[in-house]
Amino acid sequence: MTYTKRLDGRKFDETREIEAKTGIIKRAHGSAMFKIGNTIAYAAVYGPRELYPRFMQNPQKGTLRVHYNMMPFSSGGDRVRPGTSRRSKEISYVTEKALLPVLDLNDFPNAVVDIFIELPQTDAGTRCAGICAASMALADAGITMKDLVSSISVGKVDDKVVVDLNYDEEAYEDGGVADIPVAMIARTGEITLLQMDGEVTSEDLKNALEMAKKASIKITEVQRKALKEKYEVPK
Amino acid sequence: MNEESKKHILRALTENVRYDGRKDLDYREMSLEVGVARNAEGSARIKIGNTEVIVGIKMELGKPYPDTPNEGCLMVGAELLPLSNPAFESGPPSIQAVELARVVDRGIRESHAIDIKKLCITPGELVWFINIDICSINDEGNLFDAASIATIAALKDTKLPGVKNNLVDYKSKTKTPLPLNKEPIEVTVHKIGDKFIIDPLTEEEAVIDGRLTVCCTKEGNICALQKGGDYPLTAEDIAKMVEIALTKSKELRKLL
Amino acid sequence: MGNLLIKDKQVVVPGEELANGMDYLPGSGTYRDNDTIISTRLGLVNVDGRAIKIIPLSGEYLPKKNDTIIGKVIDVTLNGWRLETNSAYSALLSMKDGTSEFIQRGADLTQYHTFGDYLVVNIFNVTSQKLVDVTMRGPGLRKLGPGRVIKVNPTKVPRIIGNQGSMISMIKQHTDCQITVGQNGLIWLSGSPKNEVIVVETIRKIENESHVSGLTERIQKFLEKNSKGVQK
Repeated sequence: MTYTKRLDGRKFDETREIEAKTGIIKRAHGSAMFKIGNTIAYAAVYGPRELYPRFMQNPQKGTLRVHYNMMPFSSGGDRVRPGTSRRSKEISYVTEKALLPVLDLNDFPNAVVDIFIELPQTDAGTRCAGICAASMALADAGITMKDLVSSISVGKVDDKVVVDLNYDEEAYEDGGVADIPVAMIARTGEITLLQMDGEVTSEDLKNALEMAKKASIKITEVQRKALKEKYEVPK
Repeated sequence: MNEESKKHILRALTENVRYDGRKDLDYREMSLEVGVARNAEGSARIKIGNTEVIVGIKMELGKPYPDTPNEGCLMVGAELLPLSNPAFESGPPSIQAVELARVVDRGIRESHAIDIKKLCITPGELVWFINIDICSINDEGNLFDAASIATIAALKDTKLPGVKNNLVDYKSKTKTPLPLNKEPIEVTVHKIGDKFIIDPLTEEEAVIDGRLTVCCTKEGNICALQKGGDYPLTAEDIAKMVEIALTKSKELRKLL
Repeated sequence: MGNLLIKDKQVVVPGEELANGMDYLPGSGTYRDNDTIISTRLGLVNVDGRAIKIIPLSGEYLPKKNDTIIGKVIDVTLNGWRLETNSAYSALLSMKDGTSEFIQRGADLTQYHTFGDYLVVNIFNVTSQKLVDVTMRGPGLRKLGPGRVIKVNPTKVPRIIGNQGSMISMIKQHTDCQITVGQNGLIWLSGSPKNEVIVVETIRKIENESHVSGLTERIQKFLEKNSKGVQK
């Protein structure tokens, strides 16, 4: 069995259509929307601000808190029960780890930067979309960052290494599927998030990560453009 | 503490000028869009000024409640998402979220806006459950009214999903809308000192003495009420606020 | 040896490469990685000779020594007041710095400043843990009277004040309002209700268009147009 044509007709190394915008949530210090295919992620940043509960304050360095959540009506199947789940807690945690390398927590001792990621519509790749949105929201909020972080899923459907799996590909039944979300700093190629579901050879993994690097350069361009759009001088 | 800000807001209200230049009974600029969450069976996004709310409807199949075997079920939930307001915290719904959901619920349920008997597939066995979920995206005041109108718009946008072997097949959509007979709309009137306003800004919400949410039908009847705020309202206040709400609901209705 | 990869006043984002080579020096908002200078902020590039720095377009206020800010009293303690500063860090105004009057020991401090009062204070110390000490003793420092307080993007405060206060004076003249601008992004204003609305709209316009040249002329036109016919 071979996967000769992708379910939605894309090339193997082609991501879905991407749309990004910043400053969409006015009360937040920084915010962004990242849409890839049918997955939409909103991110809002509040901070640095005072950290409650008090006992969590660290006088030596600041805290980064990520809260990832899917809205109840976001899924293509059943309603998602509101509230945290083990899955959302884990995604919040790895998202935090994906963003930490570009931040310097010493800039805001005792304080917290809260990142809220909410998804009104999902079609796989949610944690990646969340990280892309969060990265833009942090920059939009004026937080000091070494670089932007971009994120995309790569993987294998049947015998082909692909980029940006959608829900139908993740659920592909006619062959094995491996789903590999990756977050990267495009400029240096450093990887800040890496997870995998499925089974692949180390050669596959190498190819997949190369595909991820190419995609992450493209995504970073989109993120940069979105951040600057607000400040474009009207002609 | 709020006494000074209240005085300053009232001083401006005596000249019928609010902090954003509006008059006492003016709405901010509004826009309504449906079908914004495409995995939901129905959805809508409302913007009132910078206040933004998204409502999504998910349809489920299940066993009816034992005391109403022939009727579908309606559930309304609201999440005041922390991303919409720095004062909102993560965690289980606050009492503000619970109140908002229950008031929207009452308006729809008590007006029999949805003919829930038509949502019965097999009496005593299988009925449709309508799950309405209200999510705040940006809170700059007046979440109640925003939630109410977006909910009606989302209900109007809803199409029943297909059914296969008594299970929902979310992948197949029908063209069947919900049996919506009425479109009840909530207007909340607020009292500050002796002045009445609608569509409050965040600074105004912080100093109100009392509020009355009035759910209005197209025929000009009232199908739900909720008084809020720490101070009492007189009977004259209530009569005046109901009158304002009924008039203003006609304006909101034009959005639908 | 070195070359600039961007132009002065260009908008850049974190991670964007600004210059190559050891000729250029990394100023605030930038860092050097090998021999490339990279931005760490969303902001406008400022090239001053060999120094490259970033003028941020956004960012929460970080308390700085000698800044004059507007603080709101959020707590009254045994020996002073705690002020909210529109940042992650509250400030302490001790009894002796709170007023030029003599305060008896054990006096009720709320008689002097109470919850919700807005005070113009000066930061005289910020520790490495960001503990902030302020004083209200000094020229221009005082309690603010009845008025309206708005929050603005702290990075826009210099534009709102203008060169030697020219922008804020222009706004005051056209609207006959008293306006006090805190470097922490809080602005207090007081005037007739209609004029207060004009002040706020003008300030929001400055916030949104601060990066577009010709701001002063645009604001002047805006003020002239909007304050026509408004009774003072």
